[in-house]
Amino acid sequence: MSSGGGRVLHSEARVSVELQTPEMTLNIGPQHPSTHGVLRLVAKVDGERIDSVEPVVGYMHRGYEKLAEVRTYPQVTALLNRIDWTAGLANEVPFIIAAERLMGVEAPPRAQYLRIMLTEMFRISAHLLFLSSYPLELGASTPLMYALREREHVLDLIEGVTGGRFHPNFNRIGGVKPAAGGGKGQRTVVQDLPEGFLEGTRRAMAKVSAVCDDMEALVRGNEIFQQRTKGVGIIPAEKALEYGVSGPNLRGSGVRFDLRKVEAHLPYDRFDFEIPVGENGDCFDRYVVRLEEIRQAARIVVQAVDGIPDGPLRAKVPRVIKVPKGECYVRAENPKGEMGYYLVSTGGRGPYRVKIRSASFSNISVLPWLLEGVLVPDIIAILGSLDFVLGDVDR
Amino acid sequence: MIFDGFWVLLGVKLLALTVVVIGGSLVIIYAELKVGAHMQNRVGPYYAGVRWGWAQPLADAVKFLQKEDLVPADADTKVFKAAPMVSLMGTMAVFVIVPFSPKLIVRDLDLGIFYALAASSLGTLAMLMAGWSSANKFSLMGGLRAAAQLIAYELPMVLAVVGVVIQAGTLSMVQIVDAQVALGLPYVIGGQAVGFFIFVTASLAELSRTPFDMPIAESELVSGYMTEYSGIRFTMFYLAEYAGLFAAAAIASTLFLGGYHFPGLDVEVWGPFVLLAKVGALAFLMIWFRWTWPRLREDQLQSFAWRWLVPLALANIVVTAVLKVAL
Repeated sequence: MSSGGGRVLHSEARVSVELQTPEMTLNIGPQHPSTHGVLRLVAKVDGERIDSVEPVVGYMHRGYEKLAEVRTYPQVTALLNRIDWTAGLANEVPFIIAAERLMGVEAPPRAQYLRIMLTEMFRISAHLLFLSSYPLELGASTPLMYALREREHVLDLIEGVTGGRFHPNFNRIGGVKPAAGGGKGQRTVVQDLPEGFLEGTRRAMAKVSAVCDDMEALVRGNEIFQQRTKGVGIIPAEKALEYGVSGPNLRGSGVRFDLRKVEAHLPYDRFDFEIPVGENGDCFDRYVVRLEEIRQAARIVVQAVDGIPDGPLRAKVPRVIKVPKGECYVRAENPKGEMGYYLVSTGGRGPYRVKIRSASFSNISVLPWLLEGVLVPDIIAILGSLDFVLGDVDR
Repeated sequence: MIFDGFWVLLGVKLLALTVVVIGGSLVIIYAELKVGAHMQNRVGPYYAGVRWGWAQPLADAVKFLQKEDLVPADADTKVFKAAPMVSLMGTMAVFVIVPFSPKLIVRDLDLGIFYALAASSLGTLAMLMAGWSSANKFSLMGGLRAAAQLIAYELPMVLAVVGVVIQAGTLSMVQIVDAQVALGLPYVIGGQAVGFFIFVTASLAELSRTPFDMPIAESELVSGYMTEYSGIRFTMFYLAEYAGLFAAAAIASTLFLGGYHFPGLDVEVWGPFVLLAKVGALAFLMIWFRWTWPRLREDQLQSFAWRWLVPLALANIVVTAVLKVAL
């Protein structure tokens, strides 16, 4: 299609003439096999090269901030589970802790250890999901089966304690729910962790470490995988900070920032773990950081199993929970990144206002900058490596 | 007049070929399901056909027949409908020159392998037709990727075959096998190992199988050129994909692995089984790749083809020719 459709003289026709072709608008999503839900990308493409990308979010907006205003504090956790559904419990904890801080209540040590343990187990589960789905996006379907099989062990344990696999709704103000286990017909007895939970956890963590080794050998070492991910989607550290990227994506860019070390909402200072960081900030580094984080999370869980104190699961709190007037911001290092709740209370039974700072929303804000000039296959590689969840983007 | 020897013979040959090709493809499809499943710690098809799920490909075929034959409103209807047929036709046409034994061959053309390479390129034409006519942007990109892939990989493939042709001194498939029998070694050991590697790699690209499955690339292009196809037309593409795998494996076996010949076995009796066994081994290799590797990017594929495979194939030709003259 040369300009204007006018006659082209032979003298003008050269091999080196650049054809002026209009760019094509390609709608990737909201329904597409690899966008993890209903993210829509409006891409202007020139052949396989991207000129610009505009992410369109909001297809999954459920209005949780508003809904929280018309619910009581114990009811809100049921909503929060569904923000980042790959790590339901990790979303509950900072909110509950914000309410506890306003009330001046502190959960007993056993409950705090349990919170850490379950948060880390959800981190393992979320990252194993990433380890399985990311190679799939690059065309390798087998790692999916390997990683999900081990994830099942972790989810079984979580289900044993909380009663739910994805939406445990387990935290209460002042502690955690009396655990679901405890054996047959023990409603009258004080309920605690299910029988064999601690031993089972230790075994499961060994399996998780083993599957990490497998993934390292099968995927990380694969020549094609490295070609597809190394040097692709590089986020320099200063850009990552500018856009508010957090979590493994930020650490992949070489910034050693982890809220568990910086301002922990749970007693993480009693645990010995490292913060893996990448060097180049490309897709490969983000993959490796998550792989390492699974190992570190498994370490934390094993330490928690060893050191979990005895005692009650819940502190004494009034039957009807009213949170005193005040404001509070609590943030936590969730599997996807920094998750924060700004809670405003006017002394009623429910929050007056909740602002949810979710990691995925900030993480994908870097997309228009990051996707400029890449190839279509790289879009998928980059999207996958940012590891976002649409529930976490739209809330 | 119509029922004289020629036409009857042609009819019988066509029927036999159809049965062999479609039957073989179904077996490879079943193998893909089952082998892939075991590589992924799954069981795979289990219930269809009472045991081992052996009837799963048949059940799938029947299911596809029942599906609605959808044609997009904006599609170029004629091209859209013709594409799957062209795809299947191109693949089937290759089998004309595949020798199952010295006598068991539809036609031992003098041009043999040359004809096969030409006919197998039709499949890519079909992908381009499907991609263009679907009126879908993902399909279009898939079709164009297929075209780019063909141009990049047809060349090393032909050049790899040239090495065999120089060594055997013929284009006829039967005579190529005879030459290997005379040498006493299949060409993969007897001088054409590099050619075999290039040929298999290029076949994978031409069949758009992992790690070169960019024209389909589910996670990027939904289903590439096949996105808009359903029902029987999708089945044709699906069948053509596996028939193509069968054909590529059969040709590679004939050119490099000694075809129907195996030392100590009578080719007239065991020839077809020997060939099918070699085809099976190569098909297993390709299935294995599919379930273990990610896919490359289009530009990486192109640079791999032009910077490595083509020079390698040319060097192979030079070495073969020099040795041929020298020895």
